[in-house]
Amino acid sequence: MIAFTRHKLFWPVLALVLLLLGNLVFTPGFFNIKVLDGHLYGSLIDILRSAAPLALISAGMTLVIATGGIDLSVGSVLAICGALACLRISKQADQGAVGGVLLAILLAVALGVVLGAWNGMLTAGFGVQPIIATLILLVAGRGLAQLITSGQIITVRSPPYRKVGAGYFLGLPIPVLIAIGMVLITVLLTRRSALGMLIEAVGGNATASTLAGVRARRITFMVYVFSGLCAAIAGLMISSNVSSADGNNAGLFIELDAILAVVLGGTALSGGRFSLGGTVLGALIIQTLTTTIYTVGIPPETTLLFKAIVVTIVCLIQSPAFRAKVFQRRRRPVVVAGPAAVEPEKAPTGDRA
Amino acid sequence: MTTAEQFLRYRLPRRYIPVLATGALFAVMYSVGAIRYKGFSDTQVFLNIFIDNAFLLVVAVGMTFVILTGGIDLSVGAVVALTTMMSGSLLAHGWPAFVVLPMVLAIGGALGAGMGAIIHYFEIQPFIVTLAGMFLARGLCYTISTDSIPITDGTWTRLAQTRIRFGNYHISPSVVVAVVVVLAALYALAYTRFGRNVYAVGGGEQSALLMGLPVARTRIGVYTISGLCSALGGLLLSFYTLSGSGTYAVGLELDAIAAVVIGGTLLTGGSGYLAGTVLGVLVLGTIQTIITFQGTLSAWWTRIVIGVLLLLFILLQRVAAIRRQ
Repeated sequence: MIAFTRHKLFWPVLALVLLLLGNLVFTPGFFNIKVLDGHLYGSLIDILRSAAPLALISAGMTLVIATGGIDLSVGSVLAICGALACLRISKQADQGAVGGVLLAILLAVALGVVLGAWNGMLTAGFGVQPIIATLILLVAGRGLAQLITSGQIITVRSPPYRKVGAGYFLGLPIPVLIAIGMVLITVLLTRRSALGMLIEAVGGNATASTLAGVRARRITFMVYVFSGLCAAIAGLMISSNVSSADGNNAGLFIELDAILAVVLGGTALSGGRFSLGGTVLGALIIQTLTTTIYTVGIPPETTLLFKAIVVTIVCLIQSPAFRAKVFQRRRRPVVVAGPAAVEPEKAPTGDRA
Repeated sequence: MTTAEQFLRYRLPRRYIPVLATGALFAVMYSVGAIRYKGFSDTQVFLNIFIDNAFLLVVAVGMTFVILTGGIDLSVGAVVALTTMMSGSLLAHGWPAFVVLPMVLAIGGALGAGMGAIIHYFEIQPFIVTLAGMFLARGLCYTISTDSIPITDGTWTRLAQTRIRFGNYHISPSVVVAVVVVLAALYALAYTRFGRNVYAVGGGEQSALLMGLPVARTRIGVYTISGLCSALGGLLLSFYTLSGSGTYAVGLELDAIAAVVIGGTLLTGGSGYLAGTVLGVLVLGTIQTIITFQGTLSAWWTRIVIGVLLLLFILLQRVAAIRRQ
């Protein structure tokens, strides 16, 4: 049992399960899933679909945070890429042409990669602090998105494009499938090859990893490119789901939700270790919380209050200094009584200390 | 050595170069504006930059303290909004102005002190703590009300309408408040023990601790100042708009950080001047004024230009840092 509660994903899973069960009290049919026209419908499916863009962005953010960095620009990148795709499609003679839509999607994804490379160049190339380097694109990006849309909200009527964010395949929403696919590929790439370990090495200590022969700069550069790619795909999902691009409000503050999802999932902000599974759980928790607040009838704006409380609690629990100060009294007798070899394992690894 | 030779050999202390660069940038932008647009060189246009940005100036002063210690405060915009909202709500419930004014200031300061204490004692990154503070303050705004609250209180309307005139020109009382805050902060940073400690903590926390400086008090102090400045900025904004709203000052933290960075303060802490921040705010204000005078440029160009300037100054900082090594 103790080994079970010590598993790093135990607390996020417990939080998610409690949230879902809590919903059952307010909405009796919460767990019902219906099949309509061969598609799955239900609150759970809704949560999955709304969480898809956030989960995707959070996956990119996880790798960035694992290297000890942060990417504040994801919301702006999302808005820019959604705007570009919608602009291309709206300029087409036939908005329903599949070829044109595919080209627009490819262009938008390529733009996301370029913007990610820009962040990577500033951080890995010039050595600018990640918060500041990505702050530039956060500030300027909303302006760029509005430059693309000429300050308007571009509306598209394109059935093939709408499929990206609102379509179904084999009964499941396509955005959910895309997010699952991307996360699976990321997990395979990082955990079935040395890549994940190298990323953690860079996050643990960039200088030491360079001396050990890791190409720290290249890895840092790559994680920002990946984050840009994830943000671009999320931008396509969001703009496709509402069939429009809003340079000002699309993905506003999503960077904060993504960071929150990463932290909830047990990835330390100081870098050096990460858990993609935890991040996906974190994204699901945030989306379930948002959905719960809507269904219970609490004003949706107060979601921010809940998030503030959750962030504070999670960060405090993660903080070694907090645990040392608050749990000191309870712990001291354990140190004396218990075997000394077990105690140090309780202390989290990879912290600045 | 003759005086002329001495003059030629004189080199500016390197630490003043970033501030002078910002000053030069402001001078160039202002001259370009004055040459290109009719009426731009009018003194009142210059004074309007202060009137329109008084609250930003106050918030940026607080941010300067935080960044000088190597921290960052993302909650300022939300605290500004919360202050406008609390003032609006309390006044609407019939509280007298002389109670509301000190109360909202105290709440802003207390929020800042709380965040500072968590940052210092629990060793959590300032970025994430103030992010939580931002969520909290915005959430509180919407708990008070989701609509904007008009302010009809006599003190507020009087302060909003009063113009301090000299000759043909005028400024608002908010500008006076902002200038007083700037002067007080200049004095505190340059001539007090606290100011020295701020630079010392930013230069190296370990060294400051080993020197016996009160790191805890300084660290919590700067976040308290930033909270106080944000609350004061919120009051100035509520004088300006005569209303409170939870949607005010979204992204203000970015403008404040941009002003501080453009003003030449190093984001790693320990180096920079408040005068630079004032110039940074002036640069941001001039960009807005130029875009208004141009007329054909849309508002979003402001953000793009600010982004480009941020980039230039950050790269300049990097080049300077690499050279020093």
